Amino acid sequence: MKLPIYLDYSATTPVDPRVAGKMIPYLTEFFGNAASRSHAFGWKAEEGIEEAREHVAALINADPKEIVWTSGATEGNNLAIKGAANFYKTKGKHIITQKTEHKAVLDTVRELERQGFEATYLEVEPNGIVSLEKLKAAIRPDTILVSIMMVNNEIGVIHPVWEIGELCRAKGIIFHCDAVQGAGRVEIDMQKLKADLLTITAHKIYGPKGIGALYVRRKPRVRIEAQIHGGGHERGFRSGTLATHQIVGFGEAARLAKLEMGAENERIRALRDKLWNSIKDMEEVYVNGDLERRIPHNLNVSFNFVEGESLIMAVKDIAVSSGSACTSASLEPSYVLRALGRTDELAHSSVRITLGRFTTEEEVKYAADLIRRKVEKLRELSPLWEMYKDGVDLNSVQWAAH
Amino acid sequence: MAYSDKVIDHYENPRNVGAFEKGDETVGTGMVGAPACGDVMKLQIKVGADGRIQDARFKTYGCGSAIASSSLVTEWVKGKTLDEAATIKNTQIAEELSLPPVKIHCSILAEDAIKAAVEDYKKKHGK
Repeated sequence: MKLPIYLDYSATTPVDPRVAGKMIPYLTEFFGNAASRSHAFGWKAEEGIEEAREHVAALINADPKEIVWTSGATEGNNLAIKGAANFYKTKGKHIITQKTEHKAVLDTVRELERQGFEATYLEVEPNGIVSLEKLKAAIRPDTILVSIMMVNNEIGVIHPVWEIGELCRAKGIIFHCDAVQGAGRVEIDMQKLKADLLTITAHKIYGPKGIGALYVRRKPRVRIEAQIHGGGHERGFRSGTLATHQIVGFGEAARLAKLEMGAENERIRALRDKLWNSIKDMEEVYVNGDLERRIPHNLNVSFNFVEGESLIMAVKDIAVSSGSACTSASLEPSYVLRALGRTDELAHSSVRITLGRFTTEEEVKYAADLIRRKVEKLRELSPLWEMYKDGVDLNSVQWAAH
Repeated sequence: MAYSDKVIDHYENPRNVGAFEKGDETVGTGMVGAPACGDVMKLQIKVGADGRIQDARFKTYGCGSAIASSSLVTEWVKGKTLDEAATIKNTQIAEELSLPPVKIHCSILAEDAIKAAVEDYKKKHGK
């Protein structure tokens, strides 16, 4: 077994060697510009890209014409949200999203607020899932766009996006779904999921970084304003020379995901359950977010009275994250866990463990043993643990906040 | 975050972890920080008849730098008088451990913990 063990598959996944193998000829041999219509180099690149478009569309049961290549999920979310808001701004100016969205959605909506749009950020329930009733209640006559993620990146819970899609469709509101953490893990069928816009990215499904796709529905047709101009590639939705090798890699990753997702999910669920079962009998351990309505890959746990960053340092033989990788440079507790109503202490004490295609049973066993040992060690060091053991109610203590 | 070798050493082999007997009159206890902020330090000093700190203990809830800062000061205060101990500055701690700017608050907390422990001892003894 090689150390450190990678258990951060929600941050990114390694490129599957089968995917890398498909990509390489498109760097050296089939390097043409897909927009070159006058020679075989261009045709070959275009052929690779269109085959990939079919695979990506097939993963979500969509029409290949509904797939727009982007540089990744951040661009996809920007294009969907800004693009739809700007196109439909004469219809209304109200946008609904929720507090545990990825920053690529939250910051984009904030920017639109700055431009004069109004936004509602829904609270989630204590299990981390958005309430359909609260969403219904937040809809106004001038609501033009709802953006709710499929799977939360930190806690792995699955939002009721199928129901939200029906609701938005009935009300004539554009529904954007960030499905970055859902693709390849949750079955997505665009004939059943009534999202108008859906963001996915390659590097969460064993494809390369730097390539994503935005699904833009054709029936009924949704319109968005392009955010990047210059050449009118991708039917005007997104200009710029297409990154053939990246796209081919994304296509192969999507093809493999569709083929292997069923068996892979079952294997990973068994490993995740094994991991949880081997730590859940410890004192003061809490799973963050609903354990049932959740992708099988994710376990987000708070070890009370142990600080998350020191725990991550203690378990340096396993690569896990505290909060999300995007915010782990700051000292703020995770905004997602705070949104669940977790105390700052529990939010500070959290670790996200995400499993994937290459995780083995041996690795999971090693990780569980290591976590148990280190949590015990850090609790021996923790004055809060000592107070808890002495029966002191920590909420009754007058802390000097700093 | 890349930690310095000294932080890692104190973190992996923390010195003087623990607590003294409850009710020991020769012990001063300082507890600073707040769980909501992600760090709490408890520092105890045991003062001899000669007025010098004979021994020290700590427990810390916090990041690696917070644990290292408190471990380090338990070594530094030993043998010092109360007034000498109270002159230890966070900048000295930060320099010794090569703390990055985002971790300076850990050294400030350790300085505060010493001051609080000294205060507590003095209060107990009516000084």
